[in-house]
Amino acid sequence: MTTTVPSKSAISVLPSKKTPIIFSVLAVIVLVSFGLLGNSQTASFSLSSAGDAFSLPDLVFPGRASNIVIGVLLAALAAYSWMLRSKGRVLPVWSVAVGAVLFVLAFLIWVVSGANINSISLASLLAGGVVLAVPLVFGSLSGVLSERSGVVNIAIEGQLLGGAFTAAIVASVTQNAFAGLIAAGLAGAVVSLVLALFSIKYLVNQIIVGVVLNVLVSGITGFLFTTVMQEDPQLYNSPVHLPTIAIPGLSAIPVIGPILFKQSVIGYLMYIAVFLVWFGLYKTRWGLRVRAVGEHPKAADTLGIKVNRTRFWNVTLGGIVAGIGGSFFTLVAIDSFTKEISGGRGFIALAAVIFGRWNPIGAFAAALLFGFADNLQVMLTIIGTPVPSQFMAMMPYLVTIFAVAGLVGRSRGPAAVGDPYVKE
Amino acid sequence: MSETKAPVVPDPKKPGNDLFKSITQGPGLVSVLGVIVALVIGGLLIAVTDEKVGETAAYLFARPSDFFSALWSAGTESYVALFNGSIYNSSQGFAPLLETLTVSTPLICAGLGVALAFRAGMFNIGAQGQLIIGATMAAYVGFAWHLPVVVHLLLVIVFGLLGGALWGGLVGLLKARTGAHEVILTIMFNYVALYLLDFLMNTEAFRRPGETNPISPILDANAVFPALPGSRLHLGFLMAVLLTMGVAWLLNRSTIGFEFRAVGHNPHAAQTAGVNVARSTILAMAFAGALAGAAGVAQVAGTEKVLTAGVAGSLGFDAITVALLGRSTPWGTFFAGLLFGAFRAGAVNMQITTGTPIDIVLVVQSLIVLFIAAPPLVKAIFGLNRKKKRASATESTQAGAK
Repeated sequence: MTTTVPSKSAISVLPSKKTPIIFSVLAVIVLVSFGLLGNSQTASFSLSSAGDAFSLPDLVFPGRASNIVIGVLLAALAAYSWMLRSKGRVLPVWSVAVGAVLFVLAFLIWVVSGANINSISLASLLAGGVVLAVPLVFGSLSGVLSERSGVVNIAIEGQLLGGAFTAAIVASVTQNAFAGLIAAGLAGAVVSLVLALFSIKYLVNQIIVGVVLNVLVSGITGFLFTTVMQEDPQLYNSPVHLPTIAIPGLSAIPVIGPILFKQSVIGYLMYIAVFLVWFGLYKTRWGLRVRAVGEHPKAADTLGIKVNRTRFWNVTLGGIVAGIGGSFFTLVAIDSFTKEISGGRGFIALAAVIFGRWNPIGAFAAALLFGFADNLQVMLTIIGTPVPSQFMAMMPYLVTIFAVAGLVGRSRGPAAVGDPYVKE
Repeated sequence: MSETKAPVVPDPKKPGNDLFKSITQGPGLVSVLGVIVALVIGGLLIAVTDEKVGETAAYLFARPSDFFSALWSAGTESYVALFNGSIYNSSQGFAPLLETLTVSTPLICAGLGVALAFRAGMFNIGAQGQLIIGATMAAYVGFAWHLPVVVHLLLVIVFGLLGGALWGGLVGLLKARTGAHEVILTIMFNYVALYLLDFLMNTEAFRRPGETNPISPILDANAVFPALPGSRLHLGFLMAVLLTMGVAWLLNRSTIGFEFRAVGHNPHAAQTAGVNVARSTILAMAFAGALAGAAGVAQVAGTEKVLTAGVAGSLGFDAITVALLGRSTPWGTFFAGLLFGAFRAGAVNMQITTGTPIDIVLVVQSLIVLFIAAPPLVKAIFGLNRKKKRASATESTQAGAK
């Protein structure tokens, strides 16, 4: 991931002071608050879970000492970045990744060593994070598909919610989870058809349509939940769940097994979808056209690409993807549909699109990060840390604010995103 | 709506970025028709899910009259209940109207915030967060400080406005300094504010002593708006009226307002003409935030009298629809706020008497905005643009050429 993101998005980062400053600040935080003022107890991370083929030893870090070491490493990184800047050279991307990983590790050691229970299961932290990230990944792919073609997609939340609702009702009535899955995709497509119709045909501002669609879907699903589902929950709101498929042998590998080889059908679909969207956008003629439409519709039109048709199908495709992601809520995660079941995850998915720089792989990584943060928040509450869970919950939003404000590398969208195209 | 520019013929074929023009200058007829279509669709939704309609549909072909009368009564009964709960009913007279005004107050204030930002060329989705921060600061001043009458209420208002202005101004600052898009920023700031409030409500400073639920102490008697006896209507409504007048003056009569509108129409031209675009951006967002903060004040110092984690409800998002329906003019927003306030107030009665869920209000509200934003669609529904069809074909070919 670290190598693909920058090379694809081709953003030239001018040697600015921002990155060195951020590194220095992080180094000071780790050295002082996590290290010197940190807890001297150990933090242990277990890597194995119950069904593993063989067990790995727990990783045990002495709280204060390891964070002082990490702090020094970060300080070295900061010094390196200052040095590069003074020579007018751009910081290599690996160093940013290393810095981020070091900081996250230091943070984990600090919270776990300061908690009531000084041990946390890294395996379930990661596996649970991936599961929580599933709807985010689908939602962000929807955003990428739509925005790469030049249509702002604020309606991800509505697409997820519509998918969740339809999946619940169809899977209940037909007693077939796969019928629910397909219906969810269709529901997402219907929501995005409205988005496409209003923004492409009627040239209504895309942001307005998106915002209003979220309210509309929330209203319709809430209304039907009360009038239809609650009248007969047995018939309308007891969806059959999608099975979790464990691939024999491979799923018993510690840490990686549960993440890659013990997923629900939607979980496997997620990996496939990420690959397909990435491959489609960057390796096929279709993808080149889509990106051309999103960056410079007039040029694309001159070359004979049907701009509005491309946008229409891309928005619709995005809706299908997000709808399928929405079915995760009712076919995998939760037993039945409730009002606002998507709970703002469409907006986190939007954040992942931006943080991932409109690149499917980047968005995938960002969604994983946010899912991981979400799960960490839950697990930290269990082990009892001094960090209020609300601040953990804020993380995706704060990170996105930093990203769009250019504090951690400017995140810039497709050039023509938001502009309707009217053929001359 | 009372603006003199109303007769300017809108050009629906123009790209959506001329949205601000089309919002402020769209024809009134389409608004009315849009509201009607939305109400009809909402009524159909109510009717289709009605049990009696379902029963009569079974023998639709045998006795169609049963089906259609059931359909009609299901749809209309709900709207009658809505009317009874929001404006007039035979037992209470016009008392429900007072409730409508109460519910409208925060909608108008927050709607003005969204509308003001619109006019300055910005899409303020952050009314929710600005309202939360404003309400939080206002409520804290209201229950933690103990001051004499009048002074206390004034300080509550000032701090509420300041809180909102801070939250909105921060977005303006980031936009002006870094070019980050305000839509993304405001969405993210909404969630940050939400979690911040959630955190604060769990601290000693904000939680009512002896209470395990996240609810603040009741605001001092000196810190709340005086209410009309026998109703929930409070002086906050007067504040909403004054703010509407203030925004109308600001936008139409003041230099700052002129600069806002100039930037909203064309930031490059404004810059060339000597307007400080960055300053306008920051100021406009701060003003917008302050107005949303006023909505927060209306909630904590008027209607609720306490601060809870759910103080904002969906007000911030409703405010967007209010501003859009009001076409971003101050008085348009005011009346749109009254209309949606009536929906909100009436929906409570509707849910009690006919069992129609409140969510129908969301449906109708969002449909109204969708239809109003797409005049050609409404015209197509009513067959108004038959003549225009031929014209629009040529028009669209010329639209880009200008």
